[in-house]
Amino acid sequence: MTSLGQIVRRGGGGTAATPDPVRDPAAASAGPRRGTPPVRRLSLRTRLRRDGALLVMVLPAVLLLGVFAYVPMLGNVIAWQSYSPYAGFLRSPFVGWANFERVFSNPLFLDAVQNTLVITAFQLVFFFPVPIVLALLLNSVVTPQVRTTIQSIVYLPHFFSWVLVVTIFQQIFGGAGLVNQTLRDAGLGSGFDLMTNPDTFLVLLTMQSVWKDAGWGIIIFLAALSTVSPEQYEAAAVDGADRWRRMWHITLPALRPVIVLLLILRLGDALTVGFEQLILQRGAVGADVAEVIDTFVYYQGVIYGDWGFAAAAGLVKGVVSLALVLGANKLAHVFGESGVYQKA
Amino acid sequence: MSTGSGQTHQVDAGVALLPGDAARGAVRDGTRTRRPRRSRHRPAWEEPPSRAGAVVKVLVLAGVVLAVLFPLWTVVLTSLSTQAETIRVGGLVTVPGELTLNAYRQILSGGIVTRATLVSLGITAVGTVLSTTVSVLGAYGLSRPSSLWHRPILFVFLVTMFFGAGLIPTYLLVSSLGLIDSYWALILPGAVSAFNVLILRNFFMGIEPAVLDAARIDGAGDWRILGRVVLPMSRAAVAVVALFYGVGYWNAFFNAILYINDNAKWPLQLVLRSYVLQGVTLPGSGVGQVDVATGAVTGLPIKMAVMVLAIVPILVVYPFVQRHFTKGVIFGAIKG
Repeated sequence: MTSLGQIVRRGGGGTAATPDPVRDPAAASAGPRRGTPPVRRLSLRTRLRRDGALLVMVLPAVLLLGVFAYVPMLGNVIAWQSYSPYAGFLRSPFVGWANFERVFSNPLFLDAVQNTLVITAFQLVFFFPVPIVLALLLNSVVTPQVRTTIQSIVYLPHFFSWVLVVTIFQQIFGGAGLVNQTLRDAGLGSGFDLMTNPDTFLVLLTMQSVWKDAGWGIIIFLAALSTVSPEQYEAAAVDGADRWRRMWHITLPALRPVIVLLLILRLGDALTVGFEQLILQRGAVGADVAEVIDTFVYYQGVIYGDWGFAAAAGLVKGVVSLALVLGANKLAHVFGESGVYQKA
Repeated sequence: MSTGSGQTHQVDAGVALLPGDAARGAVRDGTRTRRPRRSRHRPAWEEPPSRAGAVVKVLVLAGVVLAVLFPLWTVVLTSLSTQAETIRVGGLVTVPGELTLNAYRQILSGGIVTRATLVSLGITAVGTVLSTTVSVLGAYGLSRPSSLWHRPILFVFLVTMFFGAGLIPTYLLVSSLGLIDSYWALILPGAVSAFNVLILRNFFMGIEPAVLDAARIDGAGDWRILGRVVLPMSRAAVAVVALFYGVGYWNAFFNAILYINDNAKWPLQLVLRSYVLQGVTLPGSGVGQVDVATGAVTGLPIKMAVMVLAIVPILVVYPFVQRHFTKGVIFGAIKG
């Protein structure tokens, strides 16, 4: 007992570089970790005895994933069925690719795809750069206390629920909200209502996303900036580089891997645009602008009961998303970045 | 990146990133004849910002801070105002007037909001303990790359990060398991996040192998090593993951829309959506009802109090999140 306590105190916070098979499979297969016996030439029984505890530990998580992630994957078989809840998976008739044909010829689905892509593109242009700019700005604040305080405040809404964020926006920008109230008091008319206006919905969505999540991005970019050694800036300054050139040649290159990483993640998620955020507001602004793939799947399946059709639409999205992630990652490798994972 | 003009305009002071100590050190070692406006945090080699640049910077940052704090201020203030005050100003209160705790007394004296708060607290507590325990065990179980069946098990986790089964099959599964209207439907389907498991695993794998080997030589098995060595060394990482699970459970609302039909079992977020966002009348609380005498919609302070109720737990745990974030726990994990 005492010896263990001493170990804990002695070894606090060690950061040994350990081969990680996710990022670096070559290192993992090249040889066992320092201190552990070699993998080869051990019988299954010996390895079971040695690693049995690890297998038991991992079991609950694997079971939960098995039931709630993998069984539903198999459940996608209903995309090829004319599924009825009463008949169930086993007795519903198979209909071939009929559901998929209906999906691709459905104008509402195509609208939903279009809305999804438009929202993704709009946010990529008007949301993605915001945290970068704010992080650079915040980084230029030299007083640490001011910097940390602002960072804490801006980061806070990231932890609010979408219900809360949308409700706050409604209270400020809605028909009964503060802005309209102020305009009315000032005698400037009383028609202001951003929450139900389809024409400005993209702007509203982006404002909400920025309000909620810009702080999160700022933290990530600031963390990347903090890895740059101050000596680099000093050396550049001594060599006569002004602040613009220091930013161009030191700061931005330091941000590049993070920007690429986040762009990959965003690209892989291109078909997923704030499901909770949209489902909360679909009723207020209408399906014309607020219907995205995910809400389409929800309404067709859970609300209208067209299960096979909805599952087919969802499956199309899942497969295309998977292709996007893998493709984006490949792209990152082409550009010489490490991406989200590396090839085995 | 950009060509510089639009973006760099605001970033006038350029790059002044220096940890506080280094900055102070630089000034102390440097010249003592500072000009009056020079920050003691600014290193000696860096040119001070131009006046216009400094003004723009202050304005932008102040605007950003205000954009976050002002809505919260007016929500909290309105929840603390009297009904009469909200009617007098015609809506949300921005300047303190007549203050009262009536709204909170009303929603916390039993009834739907009280029950929903307890439901949310219960789900958050049970869910967080379950998710964190399962994830810590899973992460440790995956932390030795040479162990039996390590690659295939890791693969089981990774796949779920890249391919989701989809809403429809998941819904049909939960309902065929008989979990509709059960609180477990709000916990079990999302109980394990492969991402969080990998965060913890990354952290566990960063522990010096010699430490673990020493424990093993002392005769400790994996359970004891996890409990007595690894966990005490990983408090920050475990805390962050627990907080992320906790915030997730507290904030979730769509799973309740899917799985909970009985509104006596609604969590707080769903009550917030129905009675505050959608303006459905809250039975017995006056929210959304029209005051007969004045004709005004009553219950604005109560609505805002429900919102504050949804914020408070976040504010309570926020300082912990902050502290661990500064250690870069999450960032290291994201990169990994």
